[in-house]
Amino acid sequence: MILTLLQRELKVARRNWMGLAIPLLFFMIVVSLFPFAVSPEAAVLQKLAPGVIWVAALLSMLLSLEQFYRSDYQDGSLEQLLLMSSPTSVAISKILAHWLLTGLPLVVLSPLLGVLMQINHGVEHSTHTWVLMLSLVLGTPSLCLLGAVGMSLTLAASRNGLLVSILIIPLYVPILIFGASTVTASLENMRYNGELAILGAFLLIAVVFAPFASGRALKISVG
Amino acid sequence: MANAWRWFHQLSSPKYLFQKTGQWLPWIWASTLILLAIGLYYSLWASPIEVRQGQGHTVRIMYVHVPAAALSMIGYIAMAIAATVGLVWKMKMAFAVTRSIAPVGAAMTFLALFTGSVWGKPTWGTWWEWDARMTSELLLLFLYLGYIALHASFSDRSKADKASAILAIVGVINIPIIYFSVKWWNTLHQGYSITEKGALNPAFQTPLFLMLGAIYLLFAALVIMRLRAEIILRNQKSRWVKEWASGSEVKS
Repeated sequence: MILTLLQRELKVARRNWMGLAIPLLFFMIVVSLFPFAVSPEAAVLQKLAPGVIWVAALLSMLLSLEQFYRSDYQDGSLEQLLLMSSPTSVAISKILAHWLLTGLPLVVLSPLLGVLMQINHGVEHSTHTWVLMLSLVLGTPSLCLLGAVGMSLTLAASRNGLLVSILIIPLYVPILIFGASTVTASLENMRYNGELAILGAFLLIAVVFAPFASGRALKISVG
Repeated sequence: MANAWRWFHQLSSPKYLFQKTGQWLPWIWASTLILLAIGLYYSLWASPIEVRQGQGHTVRIMYVHVPAAALSMIGYIAMAIAATVGLVWKMKMAFAVTRSIAPVGAAMTFLALFTGSVWGKPTWGTWWEWDARMTSELLLLFLYLGYIALHASFSDRSKADKASAILAIVGVINIPIIYFSVKWWNTLHQGYSITEKGALNPAFQTPLFLMLGAIYLLFAALVIMRLRAEIILRNQKSRWVKEWASGSEVKS
């Protein structure tokens, strides 16, 4: 069931690929603003890199939430999906598809931004880029899962555009802190596995609870 | 047990809840005012000033700061519990309770942050620090405001109730983070001193516990007043509300 739903999501996304490209473009543009605004100096940029890349990733995930359930809700197909299968499995397939279409590209794109932000400044053959990717691999699914809860809560609300951000950003903060501090620890040549473990723990908690909560919220919004 | 269960179900009747809280309210207000008066007397005049850390009179901020911070967290937990009761047992009155707590809890959170800031300036030399306790408390304020904003953005009240109840439950993850933040991270905010034995001088303990009790009661009184307004608002059309509004006694 989940697989069928997932295939549907991917098919819909393939026909609307511009919608997926925009958050990615946004991600790159936001990051590239910092050298202009703060300083193009490599040492400064390297210090800023973890925070900037993580904040930009978070914002672009937030931006892409908009197309999460909305179009399906508006044209009524969400209601059909909920009739067809359980709300939790609709939520799971939506979240999975959303991460594959927005989270994964972010991870793939992040080395490029690492280069832009001089993440390897001063060292050859460092592992910083890998650590950045790893932190995003563990962090972005949690962002998707929490975002799904927020999105499904606000589906039926009237002023929803910015409301999701207000609801969800407080919950995003712990992930942001540990995501960015993983990379910072790596830049300072310290051990970073503790931070990664906490990111993993957040992910596990979110995987257990968020699809269920999102499913319940979908039922409330639609029913 | 069966009696307690029946009582719990009776509470889900708006009329019964309105009458009961109406009976309790004068008592709660009276004890709030008495305890608050005693507590304020002790905390503002009768308690000693802090000498060891050279805080002097500023230590008196503690008697507002600590209870407000405690209530900000307990208020959120109470909200989450009421929201769970509402979702699981489909009790509409539980949602009314959740909604009544939110603004009072937000006010407590703001008070805790504000008094903390006023206290921090003379003792730590800074109005604000991005320390784990303060940051997580700030997030709590945003969660309260988010709940209020989400509830306000629906036109259909029952949808608003259910959706914001889920948010209240999801946000409860922040509470243990606030509570344990002083233990998990070494930050500026001091660690546990009230629950730890011998950490706080008994001379400070008495007024603090008096004020804690007083603020608990104040919180309850304010929530109950909001709840009564909420019940009237939600049952405008029912007969007993019309009778009550026109001044005649409500028959049970």
